[in-house]
Amino acid sequence: MADGEVTIYIMGKAYRVPENLTIMKAMEYSGFKLKRGVGCRGGFCGACATVYRIKGDYRVQEGLACQTVVQEDMYLSMIPFYPAIKKSYDLEELSPEENVLMQLYPEINRCLGCNTCTRSCPQDLEVMNYMNSAIRGDIARVANLSFDCIMCGLCASRCPAELVQHNVGILARRLYGKYMLPEADHLQKRLEEIEEGVREKQVEQLMKKSRDELKRLYNSRYIEEEE
Amino acid sequence: MSYPEDMQASIKKVEKTRRERMESDDFPMLSPEEKEDLLQKYHPDYRDDAFRQLKIGANSGDSLPHEVVDILEARSMIDPDDFALEPDRDVDVLIIGGGGAGCSASLVADEMGADVLQVTKLRMGDANTMMAQGGIQIADKENDSPAIHYLDVMGGGGFENKPDLVKALVMDGPRVARWLEELGYMFDKDEDGRMVTRHGGGTSRMRMHSARDYSGAEVMRTLRDEVQNRDIEYIEFSPAVELLLDDNGSCSGAVIYDLELEEYMVVRARSVILATGGFGRIHVSGFPTTNHYGATADGLVMAYRAGANLLFMDSTQFHPTGAAFPEQIVGLLITEKVRGLGAHVVNAEGEQFVYPLETRDAEASAIIRECEGRDLGVTTPTGMTGVWLDSPMIDQIHGEGTLENELPAMYRQFDRFGIDITENPMLVFPTLHYQNGGVEIDDSGETAVENLFIAGETSGGVHGKNRLMGNSLLEVLVFGRRAGRAAAERAQNQDYGDLTLEHVRNYHSEMEAESVENDRISPLLLPDYREED
Repeated sequence: MADGEVTIYIMGKAYRVPENLTIMKAMEYSGFKLKRGVGCRGGFCGACATVYRIKGDYRVQEGLACQTVVQEDMYLSMIPFYPAIKKSYDLEELSPEENVLMQLYPEINRCLGCNTCTRSCPQDLEVMNYMNSAIRGDIARVANLSFDCIMCGLCASRCPAELVQHNVGILARRLYGKYMLPEADHLQKRLEEIEEGVREKQVEQLMKKSRDELKRLYNSRYIEEEE
Repeated sequence: MSYPEDMQASIKKVEKTRRERMESDDFPMLSPEEKEDLLQKYHPDYRDDAFRQLKIGANSGDSLPHEVVDILEARSMIDPDDFALEPDRDVDVLIIGGGGAGCSASLVADEMGADVLQVTKLRMGDANTMMAQGGIQIADKENDSPAIHYLDVMGGGGFENKPDLVKALVMDGPRVARWLEELGYMFDKDEDGRMVTRHGGGTSRMRMHSARDYSGAEVMRTLRDEVQNRDIEYIEFSPAVELLLDDNGSCSGAVIYDLELEEYMVVRARSVILATGGFGRIHVSGFPTTNHYGATADGLVMAYRAGANLLFMDSTQFHPTGAAFPEQIVGLLITEKVRGLGAHVVNAEGEQFVYPLETRDAEASAIIRECEGRDLGVTTPTGMTGVWLDSPMIDQIHGEGTLENELPAMYRQFDRFGIDITENPMLVFPTLHYQNGGVEIDDSGETAVENLFIAGETSGGVHGKNRLMGNSLLEVLVFGRRAGRAAAERAQNQDYGDLTLEHVRNYHSEMEAESVENDRISPLLLPDYREED
């Protein structure tokens, strides 16, 4: 056995790989040219949801292939797609009432409170916690607790009650962003000014200036101070 | 995994100089002459040996990075003499790309009643939009205006930007912000609804809007959700590999390739939008990249073969601080905020060699000089070199807990690999971040090829020779929407063309005539990392 190498089992088949690689790089090292199960490679996109088990341990664990380092005797399989239900809705027609999450995803009532979703979240989110909030209809809390969700779907894939935590989360965030966060007044004012045409004229005046004039304006421009 | 022994020895030196460095904290900024000299000698854009002359197409004669020339001087996957151009699908608007620009275009074209088909190489949302952390620039505060934003963009781009595109960018910003609000985007706001805004590099007003550390992810998942809600048809794992023109040279569709079935599909369209992103994954000059897996400049290649022209493709944005260790996260962006909070950049001996907040190009060049010119970098077990970003300074300057509060994502990222960045510095090296140039468009997104529209990083001109932080998220939304609108309008009075691959045949002939024939095939579609190690 070469030093610094481990044996991993990609979908059951053994490969020797350097011990410090991520699952994703270990698969490439083993000769896979990935099509599915790969996206941003930086932990943001949720494309590379993976389940794995270490030989001798009965527990199946979860992680992102781009962020999880291989271990000796790791049996792994990617879940590049999971057939989770996603409801279509017209956000304009919904209102942020207590029962809206329940209406679209009535199965959230089936939550067993087992906490598997929280344990499986690669972002360490309080998933079960926000599912409890969803059952209570607390949209703001669901939106805020689920905010860092990368929608990899590992929670849903492991949920014994077959809930779709990540899809409930985005519904709550969009309701919250649209209906519960107040609109920006200064933005409304700016839109009105643009409608009137004054702001466009100012830009057009700059467009007429020579490169040297523009440079001079740029170099002498006021820089707002951070408070 | 913590740092190996020889790296730890260098960290000891960093620790030893820390107190003195913090006390004096007077490392000088570069003078304009020093900066120019540094850029000339070490910035990858100025390295003659990194460039060669492009010999074919509309930009022949331009000096471009080898990797760009390599994908442009390459043959199509398709043999035009042996390919049946029978349309498998007829649509109004074909949208190629499933990122921020493609989804914006889809939503607007759909609203205008067009029959839209969106195709994408990976999954919907696998795009650089998803990864944008910094924010989005919008001139919507009282002390700001689109004109002030305009001046910032022009100055940042070295006054090379196309003015009409910059005008579109800054004028549409507020409308885009409202659109995002309507779609349920969770902007950072105070309790009255006022946007929380900050500065970014090169902004004269605090106009960086955000959604925590996930500004781009919040854009992407919201747009994707809306595309799904509207039942707009999209096909994943199906990139375009060639554009189709008609007898008049107007764009009339594309050949789509199913990555899994390895089958072609011919789509005939009344208008086409390319939104395939930039070129990070071709690894210009061998640099690691912050970009997502699919950033292989496919749209650039296809548009160029179809006759469009390129702008500023000699200009690449390198972010000075990409991770150089551990191996798992090489190339990953380490935000400028680390230096903003006071962390020094120091070499293997623990010495400061550059002011920490030089412009990105100069900061990156100084780090390259330290590693390659002076041999004062730190070498990792996999052979990368880098310099230290002295993150433990942050808590020492601002108080314990600051780093974890201000940079939670970064802290988590290193903690996963057993490195506590409040205790140990991070090893960094410049990383390829953004394709400043691209295909020339007008302010509706249309290219020199009629009926071919482009939005996002594939296009060039908006940012001149240097993009400012926060203007790319804005760009994908503004020009995605503009292209969606213009392409849908065009489709209303555009007949289907008689499909041809004559432009590909001509391109291949030109390659023969210029003796640049080779075995390369492009677009690349996917990078190949199987050869590593």
